[in-house]
Amino acid sequence: MSEQEQSFEQALAKLETIVQQLENGDVPLEKAIELFQQGMELAGVCGGKLEQIERKIEMLVEENGTLVKKPFNQESF
Amino acid sequence: MKEQRVLSIKELTKYIKMKLEGDSLLSDVWVRGEISNFTHHSSGHMYFTLKDEASRIKSIMFASHNQKLAFKPKEGMMIIAKGNISVFDRDGQYQLYLQHMQPDGIGSLFLAFEQLKSKLEQEGLFAPERKKPIPRFPKAIGVITSPTGAAVRDIIITLQRRYPMVPVLLYPVLVQGAQAAPAISTAIEQMNRMAEVDVLIVGRGGGSLEELWPFNEEQVARSIYASTIPIISAVGHETDFTIADFVADLRAATPTAAAELAVPHYVELRSQVAGLGQRLTQSVFTLAERRREQLTRLMRSPYLRDPMRQLVEPTERLDRLSEQLRFKMQMVLQRTRERTVKLERALSRHQPQERFAAAKNRAERAQASLMQSMLSIHKDKGHRLTVSIRQLDALSPLKIMQRGYSLVYSESDQKQTLVKSLQQVQLGDKLTIQLTDGRIDCQVWSMEEEEPGNV
Repeated sequence: MSEQEQSFEQALAKLETIVQQLENGDVPLEKAIELFQQGMELAGVCGGKLEQIERKIEMLVEENGTLVKKPFNQESF
Repeated sequence: MKEQRVLSIKELTKYIKMKLEGDSLLSDVWVRGEISNFTHHSSGHMYFTLKDEASRIKSIMFASHNQKLAFKPKEGMMIIAKGNISVFDRDGQYQLYLQHMQPDGIGSLFLAFEQLKSKLEQEGLFAPERKKPIPRFPKAIGVITSPTGAAVRDIIITLQRRYPMVPVLLYPVLVQGAQAAPAISTAIEQMNRMAEVDVLIVGRGGGSLEELWPFNEEQVARSIYASTIPIISAVGHETDFTIADFVADLRAATPTAAAELAVPHYVELRSQVAGLGQRLTQSVFTLAERRREQLTRLMRSPYLRDPMRQLVEPTERLDRLSEQLRFKMQMVLQRTRERTVKLERALSRHQPQERFAAAKNRAERAQASLMQSMLSIHKDKGHRLTVSIRQLDALSPLKIMQRGYSLVYSESDQKQTLVKSLQQVQLGDKLTIQLTDGRIDCQVWSMEEEEPGNV
């Protein structure tokens, strides 16, 4: 799974697993370094995803018997 | 005819009481009526009469039940109540013992609510094990509520504030009135069909019981139950509980609370990610440090620092063992040697040449001795023979005859017999006298016997 495809949740879960593995301390050093690199990448992915803010709020509107997505007007708030 | 039994009043009352309490309708009955003669006794119990245009009944609500009432019963108030009929023994009077009471008006709704609630509960729609977990990081959130009003605003603002990256899909519905329940049900079903969101918030802001009523309808309850998308209910305020709340996978007290329950907090997440990053670095350093310490410790090991020293003890042991081996070996050799000598000696004692020589020696000696004996015997015998010959010679009759003696034989039956006595001869017998140099034949012509010893 490429980094674009994996969800924030998956990336975070992987990162948590890696941190736990490293904290348990019974990882061979080479593996630890590998995990560390992976972990840093995942942390970057997670951070990046958190910054990707796109306000996407839509409302379903029925048009000719089918439901269509329309942007929801938030200006009234 | 059987004699009629006469009952005491007490027995009769007890019988009536038993009959009334055994009746299934009377043991759990809902009634509507107006409160009159209301007394709230210092003991906490409430005593009053419930009446309508036609009739009345004495009613009691004990303190244990009336403490939970959400309203204050008053004189003249119309109520709807649930209780059971029993008899007050002392007065012989049947009375209504109440457990629940609601002001009438909303009373019928309340009744419908209670009935639906217990029905759905029995069907298992509220069962905790049927509740679906709310995803920790939803990819999209569906909101089913009125597009106008505080609820949708509270939900969207809260979602934006906490988790701005999540898309929100609003399904606008009526949230009160007769059309509301079918609309909410359809919305839930449509959202499930579209499968674009992984959490649903269904709800509305606060209102009267009538306004909240669509969320108490069976249709909505069943749609919520049937939804494969987890649903957070958000109806009214903290105190309002609807059937939808009981069926929903998670109940939020308010729409804002529902949005908070639906998504994690962005800031918290960011600090969580940052925290994980820190722990990652920290743990890998700790790990490397621990490995380094391990290495240092290993390097300090006496095996690595002074390997030769490790050989001292085994060497000593080896020496000790070889010494023992040598010693034991010598012992064995010694013993074997001794035994060999002993055996050789024993063997030499039994050597055949020696025995043969000895035997030969003995044989020779025996032969010599035999020869000796033979010679000796021979000599002795020779000697004895000479003596015997000499003796024999001395005794020879010839010698005696030389000295003058002669031998007389008689001749009878052609056989010569030496005559030693007169008895052997008779007159006229012919005799032969043997001399050394010849014979004389003669004949007896006289005989004279002599006395023995006179010769």
